[in-house]
Amino acid sequence: MKILVFVNHVPDTETKVKVGADGKLIDPTGVNFMLNPYDELAVEEALRTREKFTGEVVVASLGGDSNKETLRKSLAMGCDKAVLLKDASVRDSFAVAGALADYAKEYGAEIIFFGKQSIDYDGAQVGGLVAEMLGLPSVSVVVKLEIKDGNIVAEREIEGGHEIVHTKLPAVIIAQKGLNDPRYPSLKGIMDAKRKPIEEKTIAAVESRVEVVEMRKPAAKAQGKIIGTDASAAAELVRLLHEEAKVI
Amino acid sequence: MKILAFAEQRNSQFKKVAFEAVKAARTLADKLNADVVAVVIGNSVASIAGQLGGYGATKVIVAEDPRLEFYSTTAYAKIIAEIAKQESADIIFLPASSMGKDVAPRIAVKLNAGIASDCTALTVDGGTIKATRPVYAGKGMIDVNIKTSIKIFTLRPNVFTAGNSNGASASIENKKVELSDADFIVSVKEVKTASGKKDVSEADIIVSGGRGLKAPENFKMIEDLAASLGAAVGASRAVVDAGWRPHDEQVGQTGKTVSPTLYVAVAISGAVQHLAGMSSSKYIVAINKDKDAPIFSVADYGIVGDAFEVVPALTAEVTKLHGK
Ligand SMILES: Cc1cc2nc3c(=O)[nH]c(=O)nc-3n(C[C@H](O)[C@H](O)[C@H](O)COP(=O)(O)OP(=O)(O)OC[C@H]3O[C@@H](n4cnc5c(N)ncnc54)[C@H](O)[C@@H]3O)c2cc1C
Ligand SMILES: Nc1ncnc2c1ncn2[C@@H]1O[C@H](COP(=O)(O)O)[C@@H](O)[C@H]1O
Repeated sequence: MKILVFVNHVPDTETKVKVGADGKLIDPTGVNFMLNPYDELAVEEALRTREKFTGEVVVASLGGDSNKETLRKSLAMGCDKAVLLKDASVRDSFAVAGALADYAKEYGAEIIFFGKQSIDYDGAQVGGLVAEMLGLPSVSVVVKLEIKDGNIVAEREIEGGHEIVHTKLPAVIIAQKGLNDPRYPSLKGIMDAKRKPIEEKTIAAVESRVEVVEMRKPAAKAQGKIIGTDASAAAELVRLLHEEAKVI
Repeated sequence: MKILAFAEQRNSQFKKVAFEAVKAARTLADKLNADVVAVVIGNSVASIAGQLGGYGATKVIVAEDPRLEFYSTTAYAKIIAEIAKQESADIIFLPASSMGKDVAPRIAVKLNAGIASDCTALTVDGGTIKATRPVYAGKGMIDVNIKTSIKIFTLRPNVFTAGNSNGASASIENKKVELSDADFIVSVKEVKTASGKKDVSEADIIVSGGRGLKAPENFKMIEDLAASLGAAVGASRAVVDAGWRPHDEQVGQTGKTVSPTLYVAVAISGAVQHLAGMSSSKYIVAINKDKDAPIFSVADYGIVGDAFEVVPALTAEVTKLHGK
């Protein structure tokens, strides 16, 4: 099977956001970047799919040279080939999706894996956009996946439960936490990944549909009240929640 | 100008986010001098459509089909896009729910629209709509401008409050959308709900437990407090990773982002990834035996004490309050 997985390179979850000089993007000084956590689930599921059906897993990322680090990590986990869709400019979800869709079409993927969302802009759009651009079925927030004879049965997370979704290959699968436990790269995997080439492709510019006007930090919270240091504070806490905050 | 508001329903009952979307549309429409048209999709939903008048819809379009008993990504996208075209809608509101986030990108491609997802505020500035949305899991906020003529906004649940119905009525229109089997290439065959279990993403009150509870059986205490408050149970990643609690309860940057009215964090240290998912809650209570735990930096009220003593006492007090 021709399996494709798209991964994003994002600031790690410890990042303290500092607004950059342009007032629109974060200041990247001192920020560590990593493979987007949801995309790690997507890579794992792509590898499991290959283990079941044979074939190859191609991992692709759109961004600057630094995205190679995330592609290497994916190779170390076991992906066969990596592609950098090279463009360091700022793109919105739509402009990212357009380029990914072009590549997916060129490659001729039978199944495409995405993560639920990039943990930088938290858009949760790109997978669905690519699916619609390619006219492919898609299932999002997938926590369980079964593929048999070209038919897909997937479980997706909804508020307070799960939906059992039926669809067919070729398809787009968008991974949510719970789908699997991503493997750690083995030492051999890490060594092999260093030797595997990363193919670079230049991609066409697409106009963004959404522009950021301003970025700022959320308003700081006023210092809270410490009510007590043992169970005797419970009554006062309940009184405050009832009478002052009026939330219970 | 026209705003289309998608009113999500399941089992012929509107979700709270349906009223939130219609009401938010009304609020924006009043500033733009626009109309609000609501859209309801399902199997037998015509009977509930009228409720949306009370939240500000002047017209409700109902698309019914027996095959729409459950959600279908592809069929819903087609229906909403077709109605948007028929109505020449300029703006489309959907909830940033599991369903709304799934269908919105597809509609955007069909209508050449841009999307601002998971918005927490919408303002009009000299005729331009400015959407505010959290990024980096709430560690930053951005204002965005959608440049396309049709604009799609998904709204974070629990932020745009719907209030009560004002009892106003709306005209109801049935829309027949031709649907072929191909439109159901993606379709839900079954919905599994954890019976009686409240989900953190929909709850007004959440009681979450962390690793300081020491063992999975000690979550009984959290469940009891949650039950007394009518709350959902949440968890930190540490306890989800340990297998004490299911994935769908995880709150945080790689779990669920929640904005309840009250969030009670018990024996949770308040790591940045946890704060990212809950710091926009309206009120936060922290119970932790370490006075320096970072969770206290976002808490409105705190008790520095042993959860094993404080939580049962709290449950007793809440029960006493509600008993009166
Ligand atoms: C990529 C990545 C993503 C992550 N995503 C998330 C996420 O989405 N959500 C999330 O929650 N975490 C996430 N984390 C993990 C996060 O960094 C923390 O490890 C985790 O939140 C800690 O959970 P905890 O507070 O339950 O445990 P701990 O940090 O171990 O804290 C336990 C707390 O309990 C207190 N305590 C102990 N005994 C008692 C007692 N008897 N009474 C009262 N208090 C007591 C202690 O003082 C301590 O503050 C992520 C980490 C990474 C690297
Ligand atoms: N620059 C990118 N390169 C490759 N894949 C991406 C990129 N941006 C987003 N994706 C994929 O799309 C998913 C959803 O991203 P988003 O819509 O940005 O939240 C991510 O989890 C990735 O799988």
